[in-house]
Amino acid sequence: MDISTKKTTDAPPPTPQPADAGHRRAPRGATRPGDRIFLGLSRGSGILLLVIMAAIAVFLSYRASLAISKDHGNFLTTFEWNTNVIPPSFGIAVLAFGTVVSSVIAMALAVPVAVAIALFLTHYAPRKLSGPVAYVVDLLAAVPSIVYGLWGALILVPHLNGLFGWLNDYLGWTGIFSWQGGAPRSLLTVGILLAIMILPIITNVSREVFRQVPQMHEEAALALGATRWEVIRMAVLPFGRSGVISASMLGLGRALGETMAVATVLSPTFDIQTSLLDPGGGTFAQNIASKFGEATQDGRDALIASGLILFVITLLVNGAARAIIARRKEYSGANA
Amino acid sequence: MKLQRTNRLRAVSLGAIAVSSALALTACGSDNTSTGSTASGGPSTSTNASAIKCDGAKGQLLSDGSSAQKNAIQAWVKNFSQACGVQINYKAGGSGAGVTAFTQGQIPWAGSDSALKPDAVAASKKVCSSGGQGIDLPMLGGPIAVGYNVNGVDNLVLDAPTIAKIFDGKITNWNDPAIAALNKGAKLPDLKIQAFHRSDDSGTTDNFTKYLKAATPENWKYSGGKTWQAQGGQSAAQSSGVAQQVKQTNGAIGYFELSYVGDGIKAASVNTGASAPVAPSSDSATKAIADAKVVGTGQDLSLKLNYNTKADGAYPITLVTYEIVCDKGNKPDTLPTVKSFLNYIASEDGQKILSGISYAPMPDEIISKVRTTIAGLS
Repeated sequence: MDISTKKTTDAPPPTPQPADAGHRRAPRGATRPGDRIFLGLSRGSGILLLVIMAAIAVFLSYRASLAISKDHGNFLTTFEWNTNVIPPSFGIAVLAFGTVVSSVIAMALAVPVAVAIALFLTHYAPRKLSGPVAYVVDLLAAVPSIVYGLWGALILVPHLNGLFGWLNDYLGWTGIFSWQGGAPRSLLTVGILLAIMILPIITNVSREVFRQVPQMHEEAALALGATRWEVIRMAVLPFGRSGVISASMLGLGRALGETMAVATVLSPTFDIQTSLLDPGGGTFAQNIASKFGEATQDGRDALIASGLILFVITLLVNGAARAIIARRKEYSGANA
Repeated sequence: MKLQRTNRLRAVSLGAIAVSSALALTACGSDNTSTGSTASGGPSTSTNASAIKCDGAKGQLLSDGSSAQKNAIQAWVKNFSQACGVQINYKAGGSGAGVTAFTQGQIPWAGSDSALKPDAVAASKKVCSSGGQGIDLPMLGGPIAVGYNVNGVDNLVLDAPTIAKIFDGKITNWNDPAIAALNKGAKLPDLKIQAFHRSDDSGTTDNFTKYLKAATPENWKYSGGKTWQAQGGQSAAQSSGVAQQVKQTNGAIGYFELSYVGDGIKAASVNTGASAPVAPSSDSATKAIADAKVVGTGQDLSLKLNYNTKADGAYPITLVTYEIVCDKGNKPDTLPTVKSFLNYIASEDGQKILSGISYAPMPDEIISKVRTTIAGLS
């Protein structure tokens, strides 16, 4: 009973439906000027977007080609970033590794927690609690990244000594979690900080998606005798899956591009450590931020070349996410 | 519906309380910093402004460059703009950014902690009209301290080979015989050395490794430059980041400008072969610069420091920062202002400020050459 009353209170969620249905009908009967103006505006906006993307790609590729032609090392495999000497020698291997690994750690930590928070807020928490908690999560998203960086460097890093020691004691034999006792400013630290930073985005979007699960699905499951956990497993999670994936991709986008927080917390070096706990590694954005001030013209071109690779990685990740969502369309809310 | 509305209202008010309390907190914060900065900026303003010659200086001056000389420029700008009413905006975006902006003609002078490279000189010829080119004016020095944080060790002495081996990961423990031999009687703990270097490209790294390369080439085989090249060790962004890490970590050692020493960080003295180990200070850095040779041609006054100096009381790990201007063909609307500002900072009054804020004034012989060159700028 209490579930049904609860659901009726927030039954009509004001979902802004994209102009999905309209775009099929409008051009055909476009006799009135309003339709034609709107058609022109929207088509112009679409073209403008393509032009902007193309301009970015052309700029990045042109400057990158200038730098790569002067590179003395191999741009993809060199473990070095030395652009101010003659001849310059630089490569993105370490940066690509660090960017991907720290983002994967962040996702692995943040997504389960974010989904759990979203489920708690929509299906378990009493209404008195869920509102304030949701607002606090929203506030977390408003904290600038440099503030996270300062917090990370001054508070998180000193407090990670205990966790790192514990991981080394019990999981050190794996090699991935061995620790030589340096300051805990490693890729794992970055991953933990990034996880905290992307948590609010994933939580917010997941919460909105879970809230829109058709009430009939849940009531039907309940009527068949399902427990609340079974309702979540059979009705809520399948319905929300593509939404959670989209939310995770938003978070991943932030994690891949995060700059100042990483630069403040990481102890970057140009080599790849087998252990996630030993200081070292680096990310694209952090490297651009820390090398830009002293870079010469060639050095800037080299940094732009690394930015191009980040651009490509981000496009690939987004493309993969879209493919996953498209494949799962039959579960989504569109035909519920 | 009613229930929902009150609930929302409550949540909104809660959010409002959170935001307003955050605002109140930040208000406190900015209050504190402003009082702090005026307190620390106090001593450097005591010079009398009457000795500054304004000579037609007017308007606004933009500049960019080395962050190593930022504090000195700030102190100079404060006095100069009080006396002459000129607004000077020095961005401290890094030497590379400064030189780039200068060679593109965006700013009339730049600060840099290494002398102009040949390709930058070539680029400057486009900006300086009537056959001029960019020149380096050495204006201030700064000792680079080797700062450490080891409980129970107060007067650490190191020499160039030991410093090189520590930062190259060859010496890894504080009770290493090489360190013990230089510190007889000191109680060195059995503790891992954690060496910190800069993660960003930096003139400080450039000058520090130049010293290691010149003083102990057999222990420092890297080619040098603004990028740290040795493997291992840990890194942090900016001098302040390195100092912060050294302060936080027992057993840490790092390198940064002298002003970061103190508050938990001690500076090592360097055994140069002089009669006694030399501690970093304004005086000892000036003495080391006095041993330098002018290697620039024509009006250019770029210096080559003698890193192997054995003069008593000369601290060899020192950087010199330059102001870069055109020798001929400066833009007529900024020339008088630039000239009178440079005149002021090269004057006795201008140089006197430096030792109070952990920089080193230029030795007399060099600064008099700088003054002559400034007088000839056109």
